[in-house]
Amino acid sequence: MAEKSKELLRVDDLAIIYKTDLETVHAVNGITFSLERGRTLGLVGETGAGKTTTALALLRLLPERIGIVTGGSIRFDGEDLMSLPPTEMRKIRGNRISMIFQDPMTSLNPVLTVGDQIAEALVLHGEGEKARDKVVQAKVDEVLSLVGIPPTRKNEYPHQFSGGMKQRVVIAIALACEPDLLIADEPTTALDVTIQAQVLKMMRDLKERLDTSMILITHDLGVVACTCDDVAVMYAGKIIECGTREDLFREGRHHPYTVGLFGSIPDIHSETTRLSPIGGLMPDPTNLPPGCSFSPRCPRCMEICRTTEPPETTDGTHKILCHLYGEGGRSR
Amino acid sequence: MHRYVMKRLILIIPILLGVSFIVFFITALTPGDPATLILGTGAELEAIDALNRELGYDKPFFIRYARYIYDLVVNQDMGRSYRSQMPVSEIVLRRAPTSVLIAFNGMLCACIIGIPLGVLSAVKQYSATDTMSTTTAMFFAAVPSFWLGMMLMYIFSLKLGWLPSNGVDSWRHYILPMFAIGLPFAAHQLRFTRSTMLESVRQDYIRTARAKGASEHTVIWKHALKNALLPVITITGINFGGLLGGAMITETVYSIPGLGMLLVSSIKMKDVPVVMGTTLFLAVFFCLIMLAVDLMYAFVDPRIKAKYTR
Repeated sequence: MAEKSKELLRVDDLAIIYKTDLETVHAVNGITFSLERGRTLGLVGETGAGKTTTALALLRLLPERIGIVTGGSIRFDGEDLMSLPPTEMRKIRGNRISMIFQDPMTSLNPVLTVGDQIAEALVLHGEGEKARDKVVQAKVDEVLSLVGIPPTRKNEYPHQFSGGMKQRVVIAIALACEPDLLIADEPTTALDVTIQAQVLKMMRDLKERLDTSMILITHDLGVVACTCDDVAVMYAGKIIECGTREDLFREGRHHPYTVGLFGSIPDIHSETTRLSPIGGLMPDPTNLPPGCSFSPRCPRCMEICRTTEPPETTDGTHKILCHLYGEGGRSR
Repeated sequence: MHRYVMKRLILIIPILLGVSFIVFFITALTPGDPATLILGTGAELEAIDALNRELGYDKPFFIRYARYIYDLVVNQDMGRSYRSQMPVSEIVLRRAPTSVLIAFNGMLCACIIGIPLGVLSAVKQYSATDTMSTTTAMFFAAVPSFWLGMMLMYIFSLKLGWLPSNGVDSWRHYILPMFAIGLPFAAHQLRFTRSTMLESVRQDYIRTARAKGASEHTVIWKHALKNALLPVITITGINFGGLLGGAMITETVYSIPGLGMLLVSSIKMKDVPVVMGTTLFLAVFFCLIMLAVDLMYAFVDPRIKAKYTR
């Protein structure tokens, strides 16, 4: 048998809009990335950059009738996810691709026990006939202890758990069927800092144990530094810079937005009284500016940036979408 | 849980005291006296005075009220009807089953029609199904109940001859009143279920369920509906209680000897013991329904159950 290809996920030129009667939001505007087996990709960017939209599109869970994929393709393990019939897609959801949602407080159904919610995923993907089956229950116990919750608590309801514990349950549901790809959408944003570290460490350990690939959506560069192998920086629905973690964190050529992101992290060694944010706001996604969408906020903006879309500059694994390194810079 | 139920049952007592006082007070404000009612307007004045004295009607209001409560609690006696001289408890208990049965049927009909259609319109929001069921619901919520009752009677009894038009002699007699009461109720139920479902299907845990790979059927009927049911249960309980004594128009249309008709005719005749007896019965029943509603909450929502056991 041929060895499985290293590439697990390939997204090509994906574009997504949210269309309502009043307006059309250009949420994702042609992004391309790929993910190899066993690696973690960090999807970084500020609120509204299109990170969650991308993740939902991977599972085909965009809001019906409103969220529309206008172009591009998603290939998962050689299969085109966009053309799968709904029943086939359901077999993939929760089984081969799982998602951890941002807010653990609202992500669990308040009227079902946590055990039942984990068992549901298992039963749906053929681990057993009924949630009460011994096999299923044994697996529920196993998954719960994996995320550090005593299995004796499986008959309790979400309201009986703390925020950190709820997020563990959400993670347990996502990992129950040992997916090939785990999408974690800001898994630690709603948690306080001490719990954040615990949950991140746990996810890293689990990922290694189960050999899962992961897409980690975050706006926390600290989280990226300690968890991800590859990083893609998103801005206004585009990946404006991507590469390995080293590419991004190394000194050298970067997209001005990435520079701004790093610059906005307070430095513990220097004495400053003020934080240094990136000035301005993300452009209105219903009315993106021509040329580079970062140009209105860019400190190094040139004339060409306002009129022409920036070209992609490639340096090994490191890609930047910016005019600064286009014509005059090192050639591709 | 037991303690909670006991507490609620004990709480019924002050409610009944309040209800009885208010009704007693209002009836006392209306003109007329029982002896004239019993003996007729043509009776001699002395006879009327004597009977009023015998009935205790010459005493001040508070003493009359206190005596009523005393008789009720100590002797379990609700008095006799001024009109028929029959014991009130007998009159009320003879009519209660019919009313309860009709209200219950109406509620059942409303739930069976209203809730599934409400879910369907929510799931297919803005579709033809949705528009059709909400428009029909609006129609049934808007038509007066006597008109609906008479139309049903006209079509199914007079024209088609399928069902009897009045009385309560067999189960077939209960079908038309059931729909006459149930359809407007179902309309409310539909609109209410639709709005709570619309809210519930937008929740994050629904997305979680979809992300697990659950089918739409499971997502809607297992995850969303159970969360949407709470407010629907409340409305059902309140409406059920209201139907019990408030269905007199339907009762009149179909000549059903129920509590609603009894109450209205007693008020007209100033038959105070019967009015009191009927309202107290309805109040007890209403309290019990509300208790049942709250217990059902606990059954549906574990968060509320936790509160009860505390």
